[in-house]
Amino acid sequence: MSAVLHRPAPLGGPIVTKGMRALVVLAALGVAAMVYRFAGGLGAATALNDGYPWGLWIAFDVVTGTALGCGGYAVALLVYVLNKGQFHPLVRPALLTSALGYSLAAVSIMLDVGRPWLLYRVPTYVKHWNYSSALFEVALCVMAYVAVLWIEVSPSFLERWREGPAGLFKSLGDNLLPVLEKALPFVIALGLLLPTMHQSSLGVLMLLAGKKLHPLWSTPLLPLLFLISCLAMGYAVVVFESTLSSVAFKRPREGRMLAGLGKAVVPFLWAWAGIRLVDILLRGKLSLLFALDWLVLLFLVEIALIVVPAVLLMSPARRESPGGLFRAAVLMILAGTLYRIDTFIVAFHPGAQYAYFPSLAEMLATVGIVAIEILAYVFFVKRFPILTGAAPAHRPAPSQ
Amino acid sequence: MTLDRRSLLTGVAATAAATAASTVSGPAEASAKTAPADAVGLLYDTTLCIGCKTCVVACREANNKKPDTSNSNGLWDAPLDLNGQTKNIIKLYKDPDSPQRSYVKAQCMHCIDPACVGACMIGALQKREMGIVTYKPELCSGCRYCQVACPFEIPKFEWSSKAPLMVKCELCNHRLAEGKLPGCVEVCPRHAVIYGTREALLADAKKRIADHPDRYRGYRDADPPRVFGETDGGGTQCLILSHVPQEKLGLPALEETSQANATRTIQHGVYQGFVAPLALYAFLGAVVFRNKRSQDKDGGAA
Repeated sequence: MSAVLHRPAPLGGPIVTKGMRALVVLAALGVAAMVYRFAGGLGAATALNDGYPWGLWIAFDVVTGTALGCGGYAVALLVYVLNKGQFHPLVRPALLTSALGYSLAAVSIMLDVGRPWLLYRVPTYVKHWNYSSALFEVALCVMAYVAVLWIEVSPSFLERWREGPAGLFKSLGDNLLPVLEKALPFVIALGLLLPTMHQSSLGVLMLLAGKKLHPLWSTPLLPLLFLISCLAMGYAVVVFESTLSSVAFKRPREGRMLAGLGKAVVPFLWAWAGIRLVDILLRGKLSLLFALDWLVLLFLVEIALIVVPAVLLMSPARRESPGGLFRAAVLMILAGTLYRIDTFIVAFHPGAQYAYFPSLAEMLATVGIVAIEILAYVFFVKRFPILTGAAPAHRPAPSQ
Repeated sequence: MTLDRRSLLTGVAATAAATAASTVSGPAEASAKTAPADAVGLLYDTTLCIGCKTCVVACREANNKKPDTSNSNGLWDAPLDLNGQTKNIIKLYKDPDSPQRSYVKAQCMHCIDPACVGACMIGALQKREMGIVTYKPELCSGCRYCQVACPFEIPKFEWSSKAPLMVKCELCNHRLAEGKLPGCVEVCPRHAVIYGTREALLADAKKRIADHPDRYRGYRDADPPRVFGETDGGGTQCLILSHVPQEKLGLPALEETSQANATRTIQHGVYQGFVAPLALYAFLGAVVFRNKRSQDKDGGAA
């Protein structure tokens, strides 16, 4: 019997399970690929080249990874700006997922740039700052947002430590929590401002590629489209993650709340697809659709992946159904992922002499990073008060 | 739990306000850049080039770059394109349907408003003296955004290095400082590539077209003769005259305004004086503060 709790609590239970062991193997392979990248250099480890200087690590790990890390942003927008307090229990797990997603995106940037040991100069060489560079804006915002996210998540750690044995951690919890409580509204506001800035700037990035980016993707509205789609992906990820953890940890599903998210995301989906289509119409590029090459096909798949969940989620019955909602979330995640990978790689044409398909090392590193993210998530929800609403349906193992 | 769609859309509008405001406003020609008064460059004339590639060798010597023998079993210098050790190259164009052929020289065009400079986070690539796009390695972390941005595919990366740098023509500014000519210009036996101020080179190029209107071509087959680089992508400091339509030589079709300008319009529109982000932050701060207090009172968890 699961008792309903109103405060977040650690799930407890063993950390090392069969699933976790499999993830550790994937993570280890990923780390090996990362070591190879530094030992052998980018040329040896990746399929990147002078035509396609950005590949899987930028398009997926960083650009898609941070958008998938927008759950915290999307839920905070709902709870704190639109004052929908009933979604509060979703805030902590969403912020944790975001903090992990953004932190690992930062790791991927370290992997991808040629000389990561010089990256510290971007924030510190103030008089060299290039205010015209969208990438500069992204870099500063992402660095700041990683810090903001961990501050937003930190009450979970501090609460746990406060209840622990006396010592450094306990005194940290005792002293920092009250301070944090006061500062939190301003940190939360920063946590809303920064993703608004850098998620839109991620769209500006590819605008500078000009004619190298296919006109169905290259539009001055890229920043707006990236911003709207990251919110749609944010809600989708919260549904996805919450549904999976209810299955994995055998907890009752936060059904009504997730159905609410399913309703909240609909206007974003319509705005995303609508703005794209109207933009193409207004720019006079509609005739490109009749080319019927495989890029047009990809474009149509992208639009379908947005419109289908939008239609599905307009029906209250489907929103309430766990399977229907989960399928819609998966479609939205695919839509955002495909949109970003197309914008950064597939619809980017530097010239016929160049081609790119990610190398094994690139793929292993990416899979490894996702595995590390899941491992960290499971560890944190089992040991720290992240999830709210219901106690685990099984008794915590005594090993805790 | 009722979620009113209108309040949600208002929320989107609030957060997207800054972006939308600037993206909707049209291109601001006001921020278009013009060449600096002392701008220098090259003029390359395909009708004079005999494809001897002496300039390719001279460029290596002037810039301390090793010959690229990767396509010749280590025997001779034969780069297929610009690369991490090649800043200048002569390529051959053969028309598939006619005996028409042409050499074409590729190196940095030293744009008046370069996309690479707009891309670069802390100005490793910047227009410095005489409008030359120069590279400062100590400011470069190797992010390669300049490569994504450049419409001419000029900046190359040292892919095999473990501390890789970007490689591109800097118009031999180290030689210019010593009163010498760029390496490629100094050795060209036919003066197919010459060095000068952009103003003088452009006048020279236009005179050549005026003197021999039948000799030169435009961008496409049907176009009248023109100087490539006068206005392309907002104009470049290196100019090209060709006897084959420039499109066929692999030169990109660019707008008359630079892509850097289009992007800058958006970035500056949003971040002008940092007013919009600060205003948005103040708004968000106030709303969050109010909502969080009322929610905490209702007994929600922190």
